[in-house]
Amino acid sequence: MKVVVCVKQIPDPNTTGQLDPTTHLLKREGVEAVLDPGDEFGVEAGLQLVEANGGDVTVVSMAPERGLDAVRKALAMGASKGVLISDEGLRGSDALTTARVLAAAIRREGFDLVITATESTDGYTGVVPQMIAELLDIPAVTFAKTVTVDGTSLTVKRQTEAGYDLVQATLPALVSVTAGVNEPRYPSLKGIMGAKSKPLDRIGPADLGLEGAGGATAGQSISGVDPAAQRAAGSIVKDDGEGYLRIADFLAEKKVI
Amino acid sequence: MALGKVWVFAEIAGGKPVPVALELLAKARTLGSTVEAVAFSPDAASAAGELGAHGATTLYAGTDPLWGELLLGGPAADALATLVAEHQPDLLLFGMTYDSRDVAGRLAAKLDVPVIANGLDISETDGVTVHSSAFGATLNVATRFENNAPAIAIIRPKSFAAEPSGGGAAAVVPVTSAIDPKHLTTRVTDRVADVAVGPKLEEASIVISGGRGLGDPKNFELLDQLAAVLGNAAVGASRAVVDAGWVPYSMQVGQTGKTVKPAVYIAFGISGAMQHTVGMKGAKAIVAVNRDENAPIFKLADLGVVGDALKVLPALVAELQKRRS
Ligand SMILES: Cc1cc2nc3c(=O)[nH]c(=O)nc-3n(C[C@H](O)[C@H](O)[C@H](O)COP(=O)(O)OP(=O)(O)OC[C@H]3O[C@@H](n4cnc5c(N)ncnc54)[C@H](O)[C@@H]3O)c2cc1C
Ligand SMILES: Nc1ncnc2c1ncn2[C@@H]1O[C@H](COP(=O)(O)O)[C@@H](O)[C@H]1O
Repeated sequence: MKVVVCVKQIPDPNTTGQLDPTTHLLKREGVEAVLDPGDEFGVEAGLQLVEANGGDVTVVSMAPERGLDAVRKALAMGASKGVLISDEGLRGSDALTTARVLAAAIRREGFDLVITATESTDGYTGVVPQMIAELLDIPAVTFAKTVTVDGTSLTVKRQTEAGYDLVQATLPALVSVTAGVNEPRYPSLKGIMGAKSKPLDRIGPADLGLEGAGGATAGQSISGVDPAAQRAAGSIVKDDGEGYLRIADFLAEKKVI
Repeated sequence: MALGKVWVFAEIAGGKPVPVALELLAKARTLGSTVEAVAFSPDAASAAGELGAHGATTLYAGTDPLWGELLLGGPAADALATLVAEHQPDLLLFGMTYDSRDVAGRLAAKLDVPVIANGLDISETDGVTVHSSAFGATLNVATRFENNAPAIAIIRPKSFAAEPSGGGAAAVVPVTSAIDPKHLTTRVTDRVADVAVGPKLEEASIVISGGRGLGDPKNFELLDQLAAVLGNAAVGASRAVVDAGWVPYSMQVGQTGKTVKPAVYIAFGISGAMQHTVGMKGAKAIVAVNRDENAPIFKLADLGVVGDALKVLPALVAELQKRRS
């Protein structure tokens, strides 16, 4: 089985993000780039599926040059091959442009199953997976809590507002996995060393027949960024054994008891 | 009002439109001169009354029994693309829910137009602008569509209040386009609901949430007891404890969980990470109990108690029981 996992590199989520005041793009300078923690679940899901069913995992990422680190981390976890699509013109791409580039790269690799996260930690538009599926003309079984494959049949427990749905589909298909579907493995030292000799394709949009794709073709633009109003400071008290009384009085004051 | 036709995509659950559809209709009425709804469900037509009462004059309804068995995204995007070509709406509004995200994403790719997600508000002055927040709601970001029709926006639930328009039932226009056989292999074979007692998280006037600071899954019973004595209260959770398997995902509040706007939100042992607070900062009043006086949750709290949640909780339950009797 050929599994392609989409991985995004994002600014370290443990630092507060900032938008460039003039370009309105995410500031990436001076912030460490990491593999999106959400995508670690996707890589792990792909590895577990090929361990159970045979085959291999290719990771695909659209990112600037330094996105290489995220791809290398996925290779160190156990993926067999990496594809990094970079181009200055892709900066500021919207979801549809991103999906178009990724879909073309996935088609070029060939696939039985495409795996993504449900949303990226930095952008969280959460529609790139569905767009990729539409462009590849395959089903998108989204928000998966568990994924199993038996031959060409795919079974997913899909998150819903109330609980979950059991969904059956046939490969080829795309699955987006929720955080917590599995326990992503840490790259072993052997994995990290081995990653250096694994095949890594570094390509641009032109290699995918998408010359000129990118931010400039985006059909949307950020027209304003303002600091949000902050809540007025409240009263913070140390619990002296009677903190519960303060809460009870507060609830009475708010007329909810 | 510069927009002509605004469409609201309405998911149907148990023969009724989901709440966010009615919220979006309230907003749609302020944006467009014609407001219509689209729904795909075997019992979509039974929603015409309620959708009409909230301002939809027409309901395009796909009522093939297959709509109850298939994953919505693929076939609904196909059917919508056909309807869009025929009726040319200016703006399509979707709720930020699982199925609607699938439909909106696929539709945008089909129509080759952008989609703006995570909206909290939407406005129209010389083009459509979607307002959202970034970085834990520290920034408000406005994103404008560049003259592409239709504009597709995905809006978070609870962004608007549902409001009846006084209108009569929507005129039902059957959707006749057949479902492409390629979609028939992607089927929902079972629907499982987590057992929940009491009011829904999104509808309760008090939400009591617990986080990792509760120390042990069994301490959620203290939250249940508090909810029971308060009445009209629901219990929520942070993602840390959902991921740890303490409580089901349907209880998660936050960016990747539910958005709640109760009269009072009470957080026990929750640090206040921005991905949590985006789901609850719309509460009218916020109470937090946390052992760490520097916990970020205290920045949002109207009342903060620095202390052990496991001591405060039983005492609070006993106090409220005393006050009730
Ligand atoms: C893409 C993404 C999406 C996310 N989506 C969500 C989401 O939807 N919802 C969400 O909640 N999180 C979400 N998160 C996770 C979020 O970043 C935090 O990790 C999570 O909210 C932390 O949960 P917590 O507050 O329970 O745990 P912690 O951060 O570990 O906080 C526990 C708190 O309990 C306090 N405490 C400990 N003992 C006691 C005691 N005895 N009494 C009182 N206080 C005590 C501690 O001081 C601490 O502040 C998301 C993260 C990412 C990356
Ligand atoms: N530039 C990218 N490169 C690789 N994968 C991506 C990229 N952007 C989005 N994805 C995938 O699509 C998912 C959803 O992204 P988004 O729709 O941007 O929230 C991510 O979690 C990734 O798995």
